[in-house]
Amino acid sequence: MPLIKDGKFAPDRFVFVPEGAAFPEEGGVMVTLDRFQSERDTLFAHHQPVAVRLASNENPDVLKNDLPRIACVAIEFPVFRDGRGFSWARMLRTRFGYKGEIRAVGHFLYDQLAFLVRVGFDAFDVRQDFTIEDFTRAMGEMHYVYQPSADGVRTIRELRADK
Amino acid sequence: MYRYDEFDAAMVRDRVAQFAYQVERRLKGELTEDEFKPLRLKNGLYLQLHSYMLRIAVPYGTLSARQLRKLAFIARKYDRGYGHFTTRQNLQLHWPKLVDVPEILGHLADVEMHCIQTSGNCVRNVTADQFAGAVAGELEDPRILSEIVRQWSTFHPEFNYLPRKFKIAVSGTKEDRAAVKFHDIGIEIVKNDKGETGYRVFAGGGMGRTPYVALLIGQFVAKEDILAYLEAILRVYNEYGRRDNIHKARIKILAHHLGADELRRQVEVEFAEIKKAGTLQLPAEELARIAAYFAPPAFEALSDSSPEFEAALKEKDFANWAKTNLTAHKAPGYTIATISLKNIGATPGDISSDQLDAVAQLMDDFGYDEIRVSHEQNLVLPHVRKKDLPKLFARLKELNLASANAGLITDIICCPGLDYCDLANARSIPIAQKIQERFADLERQHDLGELKIKMSGCINACGHHHAGHIGILGVDKKGVEFYQIQIGGSGAEDASVGEIMGPGFGKDEIVDAIERLVDTYVKLREGNERLLDTYRRVGMTPFKNSVYREQLHAAY
Repeated sequence: MPLIKDGKFAPDRFVFVPEGAAFPEEGGVMVTLDRFQSERDTLFAHHQPVAVRLASNENPDVLKNDLPRIACVAIEFPVFRDGRGFSWARMLRTRFGYKGEIRAVGHFLYDQLAFLVRVGFDAFDVRQDFTIEDFTRAMGEMHYVYQPSADGVRTIRELRADK
Repeated sequence: MYRYDEFDAAMVRDRVAQFAYQVERRLKGELTEDEFKPLRLKNGLYLQLHSYMLRIAVPYGTLSARQLRKLAFIARKYDRGYGHFTTRQNLQLHWPKLVDVPEILGHLADVEMHCIQTSGNCVRNVTADQFAGAVAGELEDPRILSEIVRQWSTFHPEFNYLPRKFKIAVSGTKEDRAAVKFHDIGIEIVKNDKGETGYRVFAGGGMGRTPYVALLIGQFVAKEDILAYLEAILRVYNEYGRRDNIHKARIKILAHHLGADELRRQVEVEFAEIKKAGTLQLPAEELARIAAYFAPPAFEALSDSSPEFEAALKEKDFANWAKTNLTAHKAPGYTIATISLKNIGATPGDISSDQLDAVAQLMDDFGYDEIRVSHEQNLVLPHVRKKDLPKLFARLKELNLASANAGLITDIICCPGLDYCDLANARSIPIAQKIQERFADLERQHDLGELKIKMSGCINACGHHHAGHIGILGVDKKGVEFYQIQIGGSGAEDASVGEIMGPGFGKDEIVDAIERLVDTYVKLREGNERLLDTYRRVGMTPFKNSVYREQLHAAY
């Protein structure tokens, strides 16, 4: 899957290593939460950078003490209607102050990209036919926001106060 | 009322363009119907039995004359010359064409209107007491908070893909006309013992196949904290609301599974975290800025008694109308006038383009340019000089909008039912019409007093049957429509879920059954008891005995 990071196509630094599969000799790895929890020390010692992939029902609260050493949290959308990942990303950014990559993986739509960015996602596993023009267009559909979120965009209330 | 500034206006314009692009991709086949569905629903566009249906947001039920005229124009040009007001204070058009929808949205944007989040699994249009800002005894205009919630919830990035839809209602008086305890979140404006105004927050109310009265979660939430508190509830719901079963996905299921104490505890934990960030705290200046939009109009200094009004009361038609359709106003010499959309034999909540235009003219002439939609599917002129009432009544009569039945047995709440809706199991409009015809005699209606019949054509309960003094539910039994009766429900401050009486009745039996029920009430009532009170005193048995005694067929 092509990866869009910070609005551009980017190489993927991580190889997803499923349950039971061997780690590669070198390079970054992405693992499930289960595997991360059982093999945390090995991962940090030998397989940097480390990414953890959360299922949609896995609250990132369990990662909070390890976040400084985790380079990427990938959040899975099993189906685009499952909106739990929006809360996870926002909590990672605003509550835990996470500065690493937050990647959307799985089934999400063009029409959700702006919301995903607002809650703190900065990387996206996109379909083969997806273009940077699509991404740029999605970012430009709405010009203002009413509520504070993880993107730090100034809200309409703040803009009103400036006038 | 609230007026858009450049930011609100840009938001709505952006949404029109965004939706136009979604429609374009659908028409080109780039989006499947499955992918398009949640997108169109978030803009109030349903695919129904015969056609698309477009649900237009009427935030907290407030409209200006200009907006009403625009709705009349849209219904005339793009639909069949009428619209339907809903139990969530919105207006539905039942026959628009998909290709026309972006253009309709453009017209709506011209008058600061939209269809944003009138459907879909997101925070829906916020509703409020239809007498807001006018009624005597109000602590604070609930539209102030409603507008703040509207802005906060519009395109909320975290809560647009919730487990299920999410409805919020606000009331500013002890009397509850907004059915707050049947909402996902119901907010009552209250004063604490220090005399400060704040919010009492209920969560987990709802109807549908599993009706619940909401639980009290926040005893007193300070004004500046309310958005943080709402966000905390939404976040708990987004995480723990069930996503495996659409029928168990509303917050009511989670709330009543956890219980009030545990839900409150989880919300408080989340609330404390959100408060730390501080970004959702509402500064007093912002509250004041929004409140200024809802400042009451400059009322004339009038004597509370009006000779014109007193004289007109000698005329029986007017006196009947005044008795049911007027409500005490907070300003002397003024009143609140309910315009019933429940003429005998008409479709409850429907209004024609011509009537919409004519009502707009009444607003210009008598009503300070404001009208309200009630969740009971009527219209309300919130500020009318008592001395103007005889003239207003005469005009309403000419328009066929003078039914003196607000709150009475023929003021039926009714969903569109199987005549329009692809979810429905049974027709509801024709049954409502037959009940209205049976009880058309106004003397009899007035004698029966406040009696709320609410009817739904399926278990989803859009017609609020669980909250009816008499509730009627249409069901399908092997391809035949049957109607179940419930009694004892209330959507008011004494909220309760109605009790199912027993097996349903066929479409030719239900009206007789309702009449037997009502006659039983008349025999049993004591003093000024409403049917609801009599039921609460004597229970189901006497009603059940008489309703089923004369039933001819064993029904479902």
